[in-house]
Amino acid sequence: MTTTSPSASGRQTALMFAGLIVVGALAPFLVYPTFLMKLWCFALFACAFNLMLGYSGLLSFGHAAFFGGSAYITGYLCRDLGLSPELGLLAGTLFGGLLGAVFGLVAIRRAGIYFAMITLGLAQLVYFLALQLGFTGGEDGMQGIPRGRLFGLIDLSDNLAMYFFVFTVFLLGFALVQRAIHSPYGQILKAIRDNEARATSLGYDVARFKLIAFVLSASLAGLAGSTKALVFQLASLADVHWHTSGQVVLMTLLGGLGTILGPVVGAVTIVGLENLLADKVGSWVEVIMGSMFVLCVLLFRRGIVGELKALLQPGRR
Amino acid sequence: MDIFGIPSPAFFGQVLLGLINGSFYAVLSLGLAIIFGLLNIINFAHGAQYMLGAFAAWLGLNYLGVNYWLALLLSPLLIAALAVVIERTMLRRLYQLDHLYGLLLTFGLALIAEGIFKNLFGVSGQSYEAPELLQGGVHLGFMFLPLYRAWVVVAALTVCLVAWYVIERTSLGATLRAATQRPDLVQALGINVPVLVTATYATGAALAAFAGVLAAPIQQVNPVMGSNLIIVVFAVVVIGGMGSILGSIVTGLALGVIEGLTKVFYPEASAVVIFLIMVLVLLVKPAGLFGKQA
Repeated sequence: MTTTSPSASGRQTALMFAGLIVVGALAPFLVYPTFLMKLWCFALFACAFNLMLGYSGLLSFGHAAFFGGSAYITGYLCRDLGLSPELGLLAGTLFGGLLGAVFGLVAIRRAGIYFAMITLGLAQLVYFLALQLGFTGGEDGMQGIPRGRLFGLIDLSDNLAMYFFVFTVFLLGFALVQRAIHSPYGQILKAIRDNEARATSLGYDVARFKLIAFVLSASLAGLAGSTKALVFQLASLADVHWHTSGQVVLMTLLGGLGTILGPVVGAVTIVGLENLLADKVGSWVEVIMGSMFVLCVLLFRRGIVGELKALLQPGRR
Repeated sequence: MDIFGIPSPAFFGQVLLGLINGSFYAVLSLGLAIIFGLLNIINFAHGAQYMLGAFAAWLGLNYLGVNYWLALLLSPLLIAALAVVIERTMLRRLYQLDHLYGLLLTFGLALIAEGIFKNLFGVSGQSYEAPELLQGGVHLGFMFLPLYRAWVVVAALTVCLVAWYVIERTSLGATLRAATQRPDLVQALGINVPVLVTATYATGAALAAFAGVLAAPIQQVNPVMGSNLIIVVFAVVVIGGMGSILGSIVTGLALGVIEGLTKVFYPEASAVVIFLIMVLVLLVKPAGLFGKQA
């Protein structure tokens, strides 16, 4: 990727965005919009996660805390305090970032495999808080979150209006991740991922760079969760459960770690598969997800996009 | 007699429950530490292996008439056999890669095991009767001590101490420790390291299954019993650090008791107290209480 000339990679990026916009604009006329909205929310979630695992080499097993935690915050603000949806999303994003900073400050003290265990433990803490704090509705979840009117003008209870709003949110988040990865900051992240000792010796404050990546990733994961809360008008314990953390790992892994489009492809595949299989195999979905983990790790660690890339550009990587 | 305003039977009852949970934390974190030492893999399937151990005992009793004592022996052997297959066919391919792939693979295996048992038996628990010999209990004056619970603590601690002895005081343990440090050198000295690795993984899994059988009469045997536990055990491992065997045993027990005491004095926090301690320890001593700086 780094060997492509800047103009060529710029063209590729423009092409990718154009393709995404065309697909996103046409899709709701062909496929059930609610399903598509779920898809974009999880795609954004996975892109946010990829920023951590794919580009910083940090495996967080606690991203559900940001996704679900922000969903609760947005739900509370929009339902109980009557905030408008755009402010609700903003607050959810900020909350995700704040929580990410707290998680980051604690977890970054340990590297590698401990990092995953610590984030998992911290997320479990958030899960129990969500279970016990009154405003979340405990086992019942938080129901009846209003979609409201966007900027006081556009009625989001209309599914198509909501769809285009969600798609726009996704595109903005996706563009931000893409921008971050290609910025000098993103290059330093990759350097840290590939050789932390060398990055340190070059004078980079490795811990600070990791923390910023964590906060950015958590903010976007929060945005994804907040958006999902508005779409389904529901925030529930399932959103903060470790299953959700595992799911986003699988999406990113399946699509392709450290590739721009990988998480989107992974999210489409997993959400699509779940939708397709839910009424056929019911509770066997978990077994299928587990098997996909095993297959991905054993057979194609580069993921769908990574393998395709290797196929199309032999000799690279 | 009251202790800090709590009737003493309730107080000691919770301390005992804490000790029991602590024994499970100790056995499981010990297994994790042994596996991590040699395989460089965090075994996310450890919880599932614990659950499978409990289910193997339950199935054995209900369908094959295998009694508790036999199950305590057979169930770990069965799970160890399964672990040998997993290590030989899957884990073995990952040793050259980043640690995280081992975690992801075993996470997938845990999902598969949990999913299968959820489908077969639902999420509600199955009850498993304690063996006749250990039913009932004794009055100690300050509390009532159910025999089975006392047995669990004794059995788990015995297993932990045996493991400690084998690893720290025998020649097999010395080989194992050497292989943890420099597998290539140990191999050059004529020791079959791959077999040692397989055996280590199987032993770790067997320990988890043993804990599962011990837990079966206390807790309901259900498919999610393992995943709920393993997340706490991870926190225990982070707190203790994986550097020392005795360290994991002591940390496990102590955290179990602290959790039990929290249930007495501030029940709302009992589910989170271990995670809070984890945060505190990370802030004060990032390498863990008994860990070496990574």
